[in-house]
Amino acid sequence: MFDNFPLWPTAASTGAGNVDALYIFLVALSSFMCAAIFTMIIVFALRYRRRKGVEAEQIEGSTVLEITWSAVPLFIFLFIFVWGAAIYFAERTPPRGATEVYVVAKQWMWKLQHPEGPREINELHVPVGRDVKLIMTSQDVIHSFYVPSFRIKQDVLPGRYTTAWFRAIKPGTYHLFCAEYCGTMHSGMIGQVVVMEPNRYEAWLSGGGTSGSLAANGASMFQQLGCPTCHRSDTQGRGPNLVGVFGKPVHLEDGRTVIADEDYIRESIVAPAAKIVSGFKPIMPVFQGLVSEEQLNALVVYIKSLSPPPSGSAGQPSGLPAGAELQQPKE
Amino acid sequence: MSDSPGAVETQKPELLHHFSSAEQQRDASTFGMWLFLATEIMFFGGMFCAYLIYRYWYYNEFAAGSRSINIWLGTINTAVLICSSLTVALGVRAAQMGKRKLLVTLLLITMVFGVAFLGIKGVEWYQKFEEHHIPGNSFNVDDIIHDYPQIHIDPQHEQIFFSLYFAMTGLHALHMVIGLGIFTFLTYKAWKGVYSPSYYTPVEVGGLYWHFVDIVWIYLFPLLYLIDRKPLR
Amino acid sequence: MATAAVMAERETYLNKEYGIRSWLLTTDHKRIALLYLISITFFFFIGGFFALLIRLELLTPAGDLVQADTYNKLFTMHGMVMVFFFLIPSIPAVLGNFLVPLMIGAKDLAFPRINLLSWYLYVIAGIMMLHSIVTGGVDTGWTFYTPFSTAFSNTKVIEAGLAIFVSGFSSILTGLNFVVTIHRMRAPGMTWSRLPLFIWAHYATSIIQLLGTPVIAITLVLVVFERAFNLGIFDPNRGGDPLLFQHLFWFYSHPAVYIMILPSMGVVTEIIPCFTRKRIFGYKFVAASSIGIAVLGFLVWAHHMFVAGISLYSALIFSLLSYLVAVPSAIKVFNWTATMYKGSISFTTPMLYAFGFIGLFTMGGLTGLFLAALGIDVHVTDTYFVIAHFHYIMVGGAVMGYLAGMHFWWPKISGRMYPEWLGKFAALIVFLGFNLTFFPQFLLGYMGMPRRYWQYPPEFQVLNVLSTAGSTILAVGYILPMIYFLWSMRYGEPAPDNPWGASGLEWTTQSPPTTFNFEETPEVTWEAYDYEHIPAPEEVPVER
Repeated sequence: MFDNFPLWPTAASTGAGNVDALYIFLVALSSFMCAAIFTMIIVFALRYRRRKGVEAEQIEGSTVLEITWSAVPLFIFLFIFVWGAAIYFAERTPPRGATEVYVVAKQWMWKLQHPEGPREINELHVPVGRDVKLIMTSQDVIHSFYVPSFRIKQDVLPGRYTTAWFRAIKPGTYHLFCAEYCGTMHSGMIGQVVVMEPNRYEAWLSGGGTSGSLAANGASMFQQLGCPTCHRSDTQGRGPNLVGVFGKPVHLEDGRTVIADEDYIRESIVAPAAKIVSGFKPIMPVFQGLVSEEQLNALVVYIKSLSPPPSGSAGQPSGLPAGAELQQPKE
Repeated sequence: MSDSPGAVETQKPELLHHFSSAEQQRDASTFGMWLFLATEIMFFGGMFCAYLIYRYWYYNEFAAGSRSINIWLGTINTAVLICSSLTVALGVRAAQMGKRKLLVTLLLITMVFGVAFLGIKGVEWYQKFEEHHIPGNSFNVDDIIHDYPQIHIDPQHEQIFFSLYFAMTGLHALHMVIGLGIFTFLTYKAWKGVYSPSYYTPVEVGGLYWHFVDIVWIYLFPLLYLIDRKPLR
Repeated sequence: MATAAVMAERETYLNKEYGIRSWLLTTDHKRIALLYLISITFFFFIGGFFALLIRLELLTPAGDLVQADTYNKLFTMHGMVMVFFFLIPSIPAVLGNFLVPLMIGAKDLAFPRINLLSWYLYVIAGIMMLHSIVTGGVDTGWTFYTPFSTAFSNTKVIEAGLAIFVSGFSSILTGLNFVVTIHRMRAPGMTWSRLPLFIWAHYATSIIQLLGTPVIAITLVLVVFERAFNLGIFDPNRGGDPLLFQHLFWFYSHPAVYIMILPSMGVVTEIIPCFTRKRIFGYKFVAASSIGIAVLGFLVWAHHMFVAGISLYSALIFSLLSYLVAVPSAIKVFNWTATMYKGSISFTTPMLYAFGFIGLFTMGGLTGLFLAALGIDVHVTDTYFVIAHFHYIMVGGAVMGYLAGMHFWWPKISGRMYPEWLGKFAALIVFLGFNLTFFPQFLLGYMGMPRRYWQYPPEFQVLNVLSTAGSTILAVGYILPMIYFLWSMRYGEPAPDNPWGASGLEWTTQSPPTTFNFEETPEVTWEAYDYEHIPAPEEVPVER
């Protein structure tokens, strides 16, 4: 409708419509409130303008009115709060089985890694109708991954992962912006999300480079860095067995129990002493500075692939042959 | 009634023109100092907040760092400050009773304690300097790491401990220095006989400030030096 | 009616002493208010100049007026100067300083010399800020987010941080002075429930200044230390946490926005009763809402961090609390409107600004509801929607309130009337220019244009052009009062003691007041806004 004077971006994801619905409600509510108040003010200004011989009527107040116009807005506000919170809850809860794309932000570009292997810079190709979860980190300062057409935004921090997810519903090309000021070319750190019909997406995927899937890259990194020396699955090694570890609780030797999520795996590589598994010694070398963020992502994906996929889903397209096993060190 | 709005006190307690009574003037001054101390609580509070959070996250490094600072010097300093608060309180009492010589003596003793505190702190800091525990380019905690072979000490986390240690004790020491300045002024005025039982508000207000600086230290000392000085595991 | 001849003979705080020393060493709260007026106006035009450059650059999608680094410095320094050197001091340091003693029947503030110190601290801070601007500037955004500000920016972060630290000290001392004064120096009979609501508003503001400002002070000190000594308190690459910085920063900076808006609400609450000739509707509720805003304002800071990486549950709590703080503001708007009911309304310049304030503050406040809604905030945070929201409140609200107050009390401050028709004309220009500048930005924001963008995709250009056009009109609207206020000091009609027939002790003194305000300490036996017993001026000030 508003092609030349658009009021909002295309709603290109499943969540976008929900956000727009609340927005429209708020616009309507605000317009109504403004109209009501402005009309009242204008009517009063005209009706009660200064006239000779007419005195103002001294009205102290009205507790009933005060309570009413405190309680009614409060009730409306709470309604808006619940609605907004519901949308947010869905926004921050990625569905199970979503395809996981790893994102590394740096001044001033976006680097994306598909689990099947292809890497992109400032562009993200996705198929229509698939849940995509972004697992993101920064190499330097805080950035923010923003796709207006999907109504998603998430700050991307150095030193940890943050996540966002979407399911695109309309093929097309949509803006990707950095939305957290990050220096000189903050406004140049833009790109696009290209949403394609599933068959065209498959074509794009197979026509891509032969860099191998993330998990396969991770597997070879795992070998190169000598990890199997300690992390064995055949006998008790000097390090914990990593098969099946992802997503499960881990008991630490300081008494805490944590879930082995992406952040845990990543931290265990760059700062292993932060969380020592109960029964093991703090002897793992520190890999901070020795592996890039992209390599870390590959390792994380590989270790995830050693766990069975969550029940009820088809699992990740990891690119590894079915029944992948922990590679043993070459004797 | 004085001519210019900002009449400086002369030998007699001067009622500033904009106050309607000496009591109002005194009330306003002490109230003002209490409010100022509230702002100082918020100021130090930010650092305490950062300290508490990092202590929770990096327990081992903080405990090891805590162990490496000199608990004896810290304890002596605590005693020094508590004594100084006593002499301040006695000084206010002396002013209330009009005992000029006693007041001057007590103010001077307070300042001696204050200087002693700063001196001891200087010794502590110098120890840290020699051990290369001052954050910056020559920061090195190999000695601490060496002391605890069975746990892992991350030098970056250790540096955060020392950064907060120096920030907190440094800002506290700065407030001490300012306190000494205030007390120099008070001692001078007391010696000149400005204060009397009917006018000793500046002594009271200065005393409040000094007590506050003392109380900040009472919080700093256990947080930095005392809590669980042995790293777990 | 004062004639020029009478005025020339009469002693006022302006002519009591002459010479630069009598001004630079004054402890008279009224002279200090004028010192502040000059300095904050100076910084307003500096910040405004940066804003114009920003809007000029944004006329075209390409970055073609200045370089990217320069643009980043422009928006940073626009923010720092406007927030810390204009908005935070503005009403309290000018109108508050001038009026608080007068309104409560006192001869001066509790601590006149600290008041002067407060101004000097502001000036020193201002010089430091100016120095950092002319020797290269700062490009971190006024929000100083780490690790960019501590480890990546190559600009004068330390100097700007220290400048703001010193300005914070000035703010704290002003707040301290007001709280003690209001508690201890009210004239006999001036009970808390008889205080003008301007005083209640400044009381609430001062509480925020006292408790909040020290937190930004320590935060900036830590940032300065981190940068100077290569520490890692806020830098993940060195073991620290960038979110800790954000929490500490916003713990002050959110209450700071209430420092900026509460005083102007107080101004409007004085103006409306005067020009409707009736007591404010719901005095107790308006007073309580000021305190409510101050208290609740300290509990909502992380609504600036919904997408920053905080937990889902934190976000829920802060969203809920943010809706609570909206209620007292709504109460004020309703009370102002209800005051007009069955009033006797005249449309002087101050009243026009008050109308504008209510309209624009209502719009800005309603868009706060959008931002507090978590699902919407994800889309619009860090976009032009937020920029429009806070400019509606800070410019459409606070600055309009400031101008309203300047016009209302100008006769008292200067002893002169400003030209009424020019006043009305400028008010209209400001209102139109403002809306044209900032309304398109709401649309830009929802469309997805991020903030702090030097260049942008072409589809955003139309709205940007509209916005820039509006800003030029707005600039004219701001320059006009400066010109005619200055003009009026020499050629304006001499003002009577109470040209508006307003209530309030300040109007019982001469215009301008003497140095000590009152011949004798007043004794108050009447309620505030006693318009039943105050005659309206025979006519609204004559237009020339």
